[in-house]
Amino acid sequence: MKKILNGLVVLGVLMTGCAGVAFAAEEAGHNPAEPTHFPIHKPEEMDWSFAGPFGTYDKAQLQRGFKVYKEVCSACHSMNLVTFRTLEGAGYNDAQIKTLAAEYQVQDGPNADGEMFDRPAVANDHFPSPFPNSAAAAAANNGAAPPDFSLIAKARGVERGFPTFVFDIFTQYAENGPDYIHALLTGYDEQPPEGMEIAEGTHYNPYFIGGKSLAMAKPLSDGQVTYEDGSPETVDQYSRDVSAFLMMVAEPHLVDRKQTGFGVMIFLILFSGLVYLTKRKVWANAH
Amino acid sequence: MSATDTTEPNRRDFLYVATGMAGVVAAGAVAWPFIDQMRPDASTLAAASIEVDVSSLTPGMSLTVKWRGRPVFIRNRTPEEVEAAKEVPMSDLKDPVARNANLAADATASDLDRSAGEGKENWIVMIGVCTHLGCVPLGQQGDFGGWFCPCHGSHYDTAGRIRKGPAPENLHVPSYAFVSDTTIRVG
Amino acid sequence: MSAGHSTYQPKTGIERWIDARMPLPRMMHDSFVSYPVPRNLNYAYTFGGILSIMLVVQILTGVVLAMHYTPHVTLAFQSVEHIMRDVNSGWLLRYMHANGASFFFIAVYVHIMRGLYYGSYKAPRELLWILGCIIYLLMMATGFMGYVLPWGQMSFWGATVITGFFTAIPLVGEWIQQLLLGGFAVDNPTLNRFFSLHYLLPFMIAGVVVLHVWALHVTGQTNPTGIEVKSKTDTLPFTPYATIKDAFGMVVFLLVFAYFIFYIPNFLGHPDNYTMADSLKTPAHIVPEWYFLPFYAILRAITFNIGPIDSKLGGVLAMFGAIAVLFVVPWLDTSKVRSAVYRPWYKLFFWLFVVNAILLGWLGSRPAEGVYVIMSQLATIYYFGFFLIIMPLLGLIETPRRMPNSITEAVLEKNKGGSGLPAGATAAPETKG
Repeated sequence: MKKILNGLVVLGVLMTGCAGVAFAAEEAGHNPAEPTHFPIHKPEEMDWSFAGPFGTYDKAQLQRGFKVYKEVCSACHSMNLVTFRTLEGAGYNDAQIKTLAAEYQVQDGPNADGEMFDRPAVANDHFPSPFPNSAAAAAANNGAAPPDFSLIAKARGVERGFPTFVFDIFTQYAENGPDYIHALLTGYDEQPPEGMEIAEGTHYNPYFIGGKSLAMAKPLSDGQVTYEDGSPETVDQYSRDVSAFLMMVAEPHLVDRKQTGFGVMIFLILFSGLVYLTKRKVWANAH
Repeated sequence: MSATDTTEPNRRDFLYVATGMAGVVAAGAVAWPFIDQMRPDASTLAAASIEVDVSSLTPGMSLTVKWRGRPVFIRNRTPEEVEAAKEVPMSDLKDPVARNANLAADATASDLDRSAGEGKENWIVMIGVCTHLGCVPLGQQGDFGGWFCPCHGSHYDTAGRIRKGPAPENLHVPSYAFVSDTTIRVG
Repeated sequence: MSAGHSTYQPKTGIERWIDARMPLPRMMHDSFVSYPVPRNLNYAYTFGGILSIMLVVQILTGVVLAMHYTPHVTLAFQSVEHIMRDVNSGWLLRYMHANGASFFFIAVYVHIMRGLYYGSYKAPRELLWILGCIIYLLMMATGFMGYVLPWGQMSFWGATVITGFFTAIPLVGEWIQQLLLGGFAVDNPTLNRFFSLHYLLPFMIAGVVVLHVWALHVTGQTNPTGIEVKSKTDTLPFTPYATIKDAFGMVVFLLVFAYFIFYIPNFLGHPDNYTMADSLKTPAHIVPEWYFLPFYAILRAITFNIGPIDSKLGGVLAMFGAIAVLFVVPWLDTSKVRSAVYRPWYKLFFWLFVVNAILLGWLGSRPAEGVYVIMSQLATIYYFGFFLIIMPLLGLIETPRRMPNSITEAVLEKNKGGSGLPAGATAAPETKG
């Protein structure tokens, strides 16, 4: 045991040393106008109701987030893998989902005459896409097809770096996605540093993971979406709410997972105690 | 054996039993998701109930819809068909039970109990699966003007009751309801 | 040492009837009940049992996931999401399978390191070690093909890069790559065959595991002292002693496994794999699964031509060489002393090797640029130097510490309080014979 600990200590020291050398080398060649690694700024860590071992979704927040998605994002961003019944996770009941779904038209068919037809969506239908296909989406958006939002909260995550990623195991940090979305949506107001060239038709955002600027213009502004529950109608609040909503559609079983996990962990801790005592009893005879 | 064996037999036995029991509980709990995943999933369950628009069905027209992976016959019967079915004496029926999921299990196979009920006797909704071995019967065929199963020659009358052939039961009526005059919810 | 004389006593008539026709119960009894194990095995030795549990977990979850998965380029990604969203307990089974692969590799790395530390590969256990290396190779193939199945961006580009290795082979490289892919690039035929092979290989692993355990039961386990079992007092029956100790190791391992599944299930994955594969768009930064990272770093460390070998072929050769060298470890180590416990210098180089391997893993996750390339090259030199230079030379020049005469003696020394003088301290320190 002591040997293993010693080994780990040596390992830790060496790793930190190596990382230090690497970072120092990286910093040396750094020019703020010509960044080579993105995002330029790491996203700020927010407080999320669904973080940590007892995290749950805040349903009022999810409903606000859905409103933001519906009124703003859904004009360009599809949510192909998500069915209307997924909204149950945001606290809507069956009747409300039926009404919500019926506001959308989906294609069905062919009918007896062999023709495709549109009908109101039902709970089991997927959210219809704003564009018929990705080529049409790209053509309508300056060549950059807006990404699908079904899994965006799990498909984006800024690298945490050493040694933060080690601590993340113990703090259960798993909110890279929502942190990133929030940072991106609130990050448009910063000005590019002196001398940085921003490509035509793109918008500077130091939180964007794929470069210094992106094709999407600032999508949200204060007061754009009306909230009925008195929450502040600010870009920051909209961003938090829509990030939380996108996390729910990406991981609808998150709460179930964490709650099941708690029971499993308690059981395994007790069980390991029992097995350990049994092992001691058995080995007491080994003389 | 050792001294511990004679001085504290109960404590040791208890420990072994408790550990063993916990192990059995763990194995059972782990086995559950592996069995649970075989049950119909959420998308299947969400599709377990469908709504059908029947406004276009004039008397004498039928519609076949797929419900839970099987055909459901919805027929707006003509007055003659209803009349013919009503005239059949109960003693002629091979299966005297209605087989209607909306009624009690012992309801008789009268034409009224086979149809959508008082005031809607012209409507009949049935699962289009022959009660013999699962083929799909053909409509408006056979000796009784109802349905005929070509696989093994079962004849059903205009109320979907088995009259001749190897099938043991009347065509089953699924649970359904008129949510409006022109819309039926099946399931 | 071999199983030799069987102690199985059929008690009932049925047991005798079976025993006379197909003595499976006798084999199980001799292998897992009365089988003698050294009494001084520590918890590092429970990882063999942990690995067999992980293989079972992977096969069971894999079989049920295959009930819902569709191996087609247009449906694979959706079917995985269908499992995550709609299938009852589907999210649990998929997270178990995805994290299970990682934990399988964690366990196998501890198992391999334990073998390297205690010299478990030395005569007469060379075949046991080689069978283990074959299992490891099969695991890598299975893990790689399994990672392609969700058909995310990393699946696709990982498959593209790894099958690209084969184009480095002169003359026939391109032909081999097309044979593997079933086309000119990764596409539906590739996905289909990978699914088929991903389902097949675990059963081959299970087969080789049987051989591995068979070989183990012929030679018997090593132990931390590296001294062979000499008398009956050196051993204990497998059941209940090793069984319950293994059980405790497994439960603790599963506790950590469960923590990952339920709280940080995507920690070991890559976010890009939640974006469906797009053959026209490469992600900014392709990395393989973490368990391949050390080899990936070695691959990228060769940035220069070596004589007639260009850097691409050189990288591929170095990477495969890093695995191939494991097969010949029994003949590279020249020391007569088995366990690192009695080899102070080997012990130091061993721990440096562990640190170096982890460093290589970290470097594999970095972009291949600047100082990282130089660090990768240095770490690659140490990786090969450890096996090809240190192992053969150290065995010739190192003076081992005094070893106890038997396992029993070692256990008694330890039980005396550890700090005190060893029982046989008067005996002259053994020198290499």
